[in-house]
Amino acid sequence: MNADDIRAMIQPGQVHRDVYISDAVYQLEMRHLFTNAWVFVGHDSQTPNKGDYITTQVGDQPVIMVRHSDGEVKVLYNRCPHKGTKIAIDRAGNTGKFFRCPYHAWSFKTDGCLLAIPLKKGYEGTGLAESQNGKGMQAVGAVHNYRGFVFARLAEEGIGFDEFFGGSLSSIDNMVDRAPEGRVEISGPPLRYMHKCNWKMLVENQTDTCHPMVAHESSAGTAVKIYEQMGNPEPRPPAMQIIAPFMSPYEFFEDMGIRTWPNGHGHTGVNMSIHSNYDAIPGYFEAMVESYGEERAKAILDENRHNTVYFPNVMVKAPLTQLRNFIPLGADRTLVESYVYRLVGAPEQLTAMSAMYNRMINAPTSIVGHDDLEMYERAQEGLHAEGMQWVDIRRLHTGTEDFETEAVENGTTERQMRNQFHAWAKFMTMSMEDAAGVAAQ
Amino acid sequence: MIEGNAAMITRDDVIDFIYAETRMLDEGRYSEWLDLWLPDAVYWMPLDYKQADPVNATSFLYEDNFMLRLRVERLNGERTFSQKPKSRCNHVIQRPFVDVFDPEAGKFQTVTNMHYVETRLDEQQLLALTVTHDLALVDGAFRIAGKKVELLNCDAAFGNIQLLP
Repeated sequence: MNADDIRAMIQPGQVHRDVYISDAVYQLEMRHLFTNAWVFVGHDSQTPNKGDYITTQVGDQPVIMVRHSDGEVKVLYNRCPHKGTKIAIDRAGNTGKFFRCPYHAWSFKTDGCLLAIPLKKGYEGTGLAESQNGKGMQAVGAVHNYRGFVFARLAEEGIGFDEFFGGSLSSIDNMVDRAPEGRVEISGPPLRYMHKCNWKMLVENQTDTCHPMVAHESSAGTAVKIYEQMGNPEPRPPAMQIIAPFMSPYEFFEDMGIRTWPNGHGHTGVNMSIHSNYDAIPGYFEAMVESYGEERAKAILDENRHNTVYFPNVMVKAPLTQLRNFIPLGADRTLVESYVYRLVGAPEQLTAMSAMYNRMINAPTSIVGHDDLEMYERAQEGLHAEGMQWVDIRRLHTGTEDFETEAVENGTTERQMRNQFHAWAKFMTMSMEDAAGVAAQ
Repeated sequence: MIEGNAAMITRDDVIDFIYAETRMLDEGRYSEWLDLWLPDAVYWMPLDYKQADPVNATSFLYEDNFMLRLRVERLNGERTFSQKPKSRCNHVIQRPFVDVFDPEAGKFQTVTNMHYVETRLDEQQLLALTVTHDLALVDGAFRIAGKKVELLNCDAAFGNIQLLP
């Protein structure tokens, strides 16, 4: 498969089903898209002290995120340069001043540099010292810590962090600004939910505003029905705040609006969202006013963006201080990790609200999650039907679209899905050759 | 159901209740099962091993009466596509430990190890559980005052768990 083959899979209003079901496409995504793009690694509050580390994946690449002795967060490939043994396999820990491979005791500073090898004399004159393996653990191409959120680019050369994310960083800003002290911290381990479907289905669903009242009628619709049977008591049960808005009519979602940014990023909830009507938490607004002044505090809290997609595979829900990481494990397997963060300086009830949303919506035990996963898995199987080769993403597609400029449109458009596939083709092919064997610029 | 005064209650009565409750779940007798619950009781399934705080960190489940009712009613909904076809479940339970036995106060606590199997279509999963029941004696009958279901492999990634372990 060459760059021309990849480009041919993406048409203005439709994409070829192979982008979801082909193992070859998945492999190319790992070697190109997830290598050229900036990909989420973790939050720096997961590694607060020197030597603290977490293990995770960037695409299919095993990595360690570690707090180095200089206080910076480093991202290293999780592989001993000797035999390939993973240096750490626990999800989080503290390694002290250095990593030590459990196989032959090669040791490395927490920035990856080789520290020591037992019986090192045996390597004199062998060329190890001059080789890549002799330098130590390999770091990824580039790392950027944006207000605590750590992203990595595997490729040594490529697009810069600010150019890649551009205006989309305003959603992370809003999430962090919601903390009176201007920083967030991780709150407990993530939910880990295995999906037998392609990772892009999950990313697309984040801005799919025509499915909630249909796919979630079973959960949200039943919630509304039970509440009415109870005589609409006040205060509302928590589930009514969180799950019931999914039953809002199409007009509500149209009015929410969608904004897209270059490089595949975008969000729902430009004007308001299903998160706009939560009960106020006592003491929170006062704490915000004290930190920011009334005008700025209001501006921060009036911004109620729904889902912000950070292309390729992360979603941030700023009003609920959540991040979901859609980790691709294969063409038909995706691990979804859903994190909750604590707003430092805010009442603890906000964390409770975020944790409640997380378990009600994102858990393997969530009825809303069951609704969604059923649809993804049916699609993953249905796409194998040979009778039809294309998946339609034409809703509100009119004429030519320019994805290189920011745009705000009707909240039920599938423009953000088209925006993602435009970026998908761009970052897939930038390191590939075309049919004539010519490398991209 | 237990009749008569509290002094007549035995540990076997408590244990029989746990077996009966589990059987209701396996047989899908959910409205009967919901009636066992006190209105303020919560069904908690922690996410973290030995998790202490159920609400300020994520749990799998922390279900109040509304959520339990919603969950049960949804299972039979016309448009509950993830239950077409329906899931089935089966518990194999060890004899419960009766850790608190206080008939005078009407308070009881049991801890029960269980193997829980849930199946739908070609999929079947096995979960190992440690279940803590808090029971209360109300008008001569046991009611559930709280239930905590701990998964042995709580830190693993799961597909759908659709019924109530």
